[in-house]
Amino acid sequence: MRNRPLLQMLVVGVIGTAILVPLALIVPWFPSDASKQASNIHTLYTVLLIATVPIFVLVETVVLFSVWKFRMKPGEEMKDGPPIHGNTRLEVIWTAAPAMLIIGLCVFAFTKLHANEKSHPNEMTVNVTERQFAFEFSYVRNGKTIVSPDLYIPENQPVVFKIRSLDVIHSFFVPNFSEKIDAVPGITTTLRVTATRVGSYPVECTELCGAGHSLMRSAAYVVTPSKFQQWLQAQKPNAAPPVGAPPSNAAQAGVPGGGSSASTSTSSSSSSSSSSSSGGASAAAGKAVFTGSAGCSGCHTLAAAGATGTTGPNLGTAVVPDAKKAGMPVKQFIQESIEKPNAFISAGFQPNIMPQTFAQTLTPTQISSLVDFIASVTK
Amino acid sequence: MSATTVSEPALQRPQKTRVPLPPKLRAPGWYRAAFASVLGLAFSFGLTVLIRWAMHEHPVIDGHAITIVALIAVPLFFLFGFGTADYWLYWAAGRATRPEEHSSHGAHSWRDYFRVNTDHKVIGVQYVVTSFFFLFVGGLLAMLIRAQLAKPGMQFLTPEQYNGVFSVHATLLIFLFVIPVFAGLANFVLPLMIGAPDMAFPRLNALSFWLLPLAGIMMLMSFLAPGGSFASGWTAYAPLSTTQPLGQLFFTVGVQFAGASSIATALNFLVTIITMRAPGMSFFRMPLLVWANFSTSLLVVIATPFIAASQFFVLLDVGLGFHFFDAFVGPGKNGNVLMYQHVFWFYSHPAVYIMMLPGFGIISEIIAVKSRKPIFGYRMMAFSLLAIVVLGFTVWAHHMFVSGMQPWIRIPMMITTAIIAIPTGIKIFSWLATLWRGVLHLDTPMLFALGFLTMFTLGGISGVMLAMIPFDIHVSQTYFIVAHIHYVLFGGSLFTIFAGVYYWFPKMTGRMFDDRLGKLHFWMTFIFFNLTFGPMHLIGIQGMPRRVAEYASKFAAWNLFISISAFILGLSTLIFLYNIVASWRGGPRASANPWRALTLEWQVSSPPPIFNFDAVPTVVGGPYEYGVPGAVHGIFKSPSEAKPVAAGGYTAPPSQESHT
Repeated sequence: MRNRPLLQMLVVGVIGTAILVPLALIVPWFPSDASKQASNIHTLYTVLLIATVPIFVLVETVVLFSVWKFRMKPGEEMKDGPPIHGNTRLEVIWTAAPAMLIIGLCVFAFTKLHANEKSHPNEMTVNVTERQFAFEFSYVRNGKTIVSPDLYIPENQPVVFKIRSLDVIHSFFVPNFSEKIDAVPGITTTLRVTATRVGSYPVECTELCGAGHSLMRSAAYVVTPSKFQQWLQAQKPNAAPPVGAPPSNAAQAGVPGGGSSASTSTSSSSSSSSSSSSGGASAAAGKAVFTGSAGCSGCHTLAAAGATGTTGPNLGTAVVPDAKKAGMPVKQFIQESIEKPNAFISAGFQPNIMPQTFAQTLTPTQISSLVDFIASVTK
Repeated sequence: MSATTVSEPALQRPQKTRVPLPPKLRAPGWYRAAFASVLGLAFSFGLTVLIRWAMHEHPVIDGHAITIVALIAVPLFFLFGFGTADYWLYWAAGRATRPEEHSSHGAHSWRDYFRVNTDHKVIGVQYVVTSFFFLFVGGLLAMLIRAQLAKPGMQFLTPEQYNGVFSVHATLLIFLFVIPVFAGLANFVLPLMIGAPDMAFPRLNALSFWLLPLAGIMMLMSFLAPGGSFASGWTAYAPLSTTQPLGQLFFTVGVQFAGASSIATALNFLVTIITMRAPGMSFFRMPLLVWANFSTSLLVVIATPFIAASQFFVLLDVGLGFHFFDAFVGPGKNGNVLMYQHVFWFYSHPAVYIMMLPGFGIISEIIAVKSRKPIFGYRMMAFSLLAIVVLGFTVWAHHMFVSGMQPWIRIPMMITTAIIAIPTGIKIFSWLATLWRGVLHLDTPMLFALGFLTMFTLGGISGVMLAMIPFDIHVSQTYFIVAHIHYVLFGGSLFTIFAGVYYWFPKMTGRMFDDRLGKLHFWMTFIFFNLTFGPMHLIGIQGMPRRVAEYASKFAAWNLFISISAFILGLSTLIFLYNIVASWRGGPRASANPWRALTLEWQVSSPPPIFNFDAVPTVVGGPYEYGVPGAVHGIFKSPSEAKPVAAGGYTAPPSQESHT
C-alpha cells in the first residue's frame, strides 16, 4: 500500500523518459558538422542528453505527481504531513549515484577532448590575425606569406591555427567545426581542426570586442586539396600586405620608414613599397587593405569597395565635406582620420569608437595606399 | 510666519556667531546631502586642477580626470551629507551623540524610508523596493534588447548603443537587483528568525544600504557620458574596458560601491548570526534561510574583494596609465590580459552562488511550510550549502575554457564544476522528498517554489553540460550561455525572489496580497519565461553568438518568437507590480501567522513591533517540526523558565493561538 504511489510514479517516469529522450535526440541541435572535432562533440552531446533528460523527467515526475496526489483537499486546511525527517540510505543513494554518473561523463568528455586536440605529424599551419573588426588568414607558400581575408583550408587535412590579436580580445569560431578559441593580445593561442566536408561556413568573432563586434565576420571555405593548391598558387604574395605583424616584430612596425619594417616576409614589404610607386597601383592595393585585412568595411560604407557598414561615417559621401569643415586637404584629412581617429569626429558619431591603433598596426605604405584609394573614390 | 521668525533667533542665538549655515543644511538629510555633493564636485575639480598644475599637465582642466575623481568623491560626500556617518563623526569629535541609540527605529510615514534609518526592518524594505526599482529598469533595457533583435539587421539602436544597453542590463540586474534583493529580504527576516532585536551593526547596515542607490544611479548616469554608457558587457574584459570611452568608468567605480555595500552587509550578517541567536538556537536549530545567508556571507566576504581588485586595476590602467592589462602590440606594453579574467572570475563564479544560495534558503522555508512536513535531511541541506561555498572557489576557470589559458587547468576545473552539481542535487532531491506525502498548499509562493525546482533543474543540467570541455568549447560565448544564465538567474534566483516576496509580504506590510493575481503572475511568468529562454539553447548551439546587435537571417524566425515572448514576459511583471502596490495600500489585514509556520518571525505581529520581540524568545526545537504533535520552535518566556519540552508536551504560544 505504502509503495503504490512510488510504483505509479515509476511507471509515469519511465513513460516520460521513453517519450522525452527520443524527442530531445530528434531536434536538429547542431549546424551541419564539417570537422572531425564536430562529430566528436555531437556524440558527446547525445550522451549528455541521454544521461540528463531522465534526471529532468525524474524531478518533474515527482513534482507533478506530488501536486496531483498530495495537494491539499477541502477539509485538510489544518492537516500536517507525516513528520519524516530523513532517510540515510536514500540520501547516500542520491549522493553516490549522481557522483558516479558525473565522473563517468567527465571521463567520456576527457577522451573526446583528447581526441579533438591531438596534434598530427602532417599538420598545416594557418596564422590567424584578428583586430577590430576583421580577420586575416595567412599561409606560407615557398617561404612567402599569402594573406587572405577569408579562410581556405583543404578537406581532410589536419590544420593548426595560430591565433593572435592586435588590439583587444577576439575569438575565432566556426560553428560547423564546433571549435573556438579566443585571440588574446600578447599571446598566441592554438586551435586544431580537421575539416571533413567541402563547403562554405561562417567565421565569427564571439568575444565582445567593441562597437563593430556584431559585424566581425568572415567566411571559411573547405575545398578539395587540389583546389586548395590552385587557390594558393593564384594568390599573389602582395595581394594584401599583412596587417601588423606577430608581436615580436610589431614593435618596429611603427618606426618611420616602415616600408622596410621587419616583417616575417621580406618579399611582401618590398613588393608593397614598389606598389606605392604609381598612384593607380597604390589605390588598388589600398582597396585590398580596405576590404580585407584592415577591416574598414566592417564599419564604413563605401560603394567603390562594396562596403556597407554603418558603425562609422559613410566614406563615399562624408569625407570631402568633413575635410572642408576641418580645413584640410582631403588626403591629409584621410590620413589624420586613420592615424588619429579622434582628431575630427563626423557629425552624429562618437569619439573613441574607431580603433586608435592603425598608426601602429598598419605600415606607412599601407596607410598611404589606403589614403590614395579612399581619396580616389570619395566624392 | 511670525511665530517661526520669533522662535528661530531665540533658539539660535548662542551659536549665531559661529555657524551661518541654515538649519536645513546642518541637519542630516537631502538638503545637506545635495550641498555636500556640490562640495564634492568642487573638491574633485580643485584636487584635479591642483595636481595637474603641479605636474605640469596640460590642459590643467581635464574633464576626463575630473570625472574620475568625482565618481569616487561625490558619492562619499553625499553619504556624509546624508547623515550615514553622523554618529561616528560626532563620537570622534567628542560631541554629544544622539542620546537614544535607536531613535531612528521604525518608519512612521513613507518619508522615513527616504532617510537614514537603522531599523533592520525599514532597511529591509528599502533594499527590496530599491532593488525592484532596478529590476524594472533592467527589464526595460531587456525589452530594448529584444526589440533590437526582433529582426535581423540593424534596428533603432546603433551597435555601440546596443552594447551599452545589454551591458547596463546585466550589470543592474546582477549588482543592483539579485544580490541586494536577497540582502534586503534577509535583512528583514533574518534577525526575526534568530530572535534578535536588530542586526549586529545597525549603523553599518544603513550605510550598506545607501551605498546601493548611489551605485545604481552611477551606472544609469553612464548613458549621459560622452561616448555613451559602458559597453564592454558586465564582465568588462580588459583590454576592451581599458580602451573604452568615459562611460566605462561609471561601471568600474559603481561596482566598487555595490561591492562595498555587499561586503559590509555580509559582515553584518555573519556577526549577527554568530552572536545574536536567541537562547537555545544552536546552529542546527537555525532555519535553512539563516544557514543559506551564513554561507552566502562567507562567499561575499572572501570573494567580493577580488572584483574590487579587478576593477581597481582597470581604474589604474585608465586613470593613471598603469600597464596591468595593456598588452597591445608595441614597445613597453606587456600587460597580462588573462590576469583580468582570472581575478574577475575568482569573484564572479562564487557570485553566482551569492545569487543562488539565499534563494535555496527561501525555497527551503516555503516548501517545508507549504508541504506541512519537516524539511527532508535538514543536516545534509546545511552541509551541502557549506560544500557549495568551498567548491564554489575551485571552479572559476570554467568560464575560461576558450580563453587561451594553459590547457591542462581545464581538466581539474571540469571535474570540480561537475562535482558541484552533487551538493546541488542533494538539495533538489531533498526538496522533492519534502513534497512527498505532504499536504501541499498550492498558493502563489508555493507555485513559484515549484516553478523554481523545474527551471533550476534545467539550468543545473545545462550547467553540467557546460562543464564538459568539448561541448563548452562549441557553445561558450553563444546564446546557449545566455539561456543557461537566465535559467539559473531568472528561472532560479528571480523565481525564489518572487516566492520570497509573496511569502513574507504579509509579515513585511501587514497586508495580504491577492492570491489570484499572484497565480496569474506565476503562470504568465512561467510560460513566457520558458518560451523566451528555452529556444535560446537551440539557436546558441546552432551558432548564434551572444552580445551581437545583428545576426544571420537563418535565426530570424526564432528571434522574432523570442522577442514576442519576452514582451509578454515583461508585461507579466506589471501584474506583480499592481498586485504588490494595490495590496500594500488596501489589501486585507494579515494575521501574525497566516501560513501557520513555526519559525520565529511568524510568532510576532504583522508587521512586527519596533524591537521585534516584547520578550526574548527561547528556542526549544527544530524549525520545521510540522506534523509532530504539539511541536514548537520557540517560546516566549524568559530563558530561565523555558526548558526543552518533549514533543506533544507544550501547547502553542499565545501569539499563535490568537488566529488559528
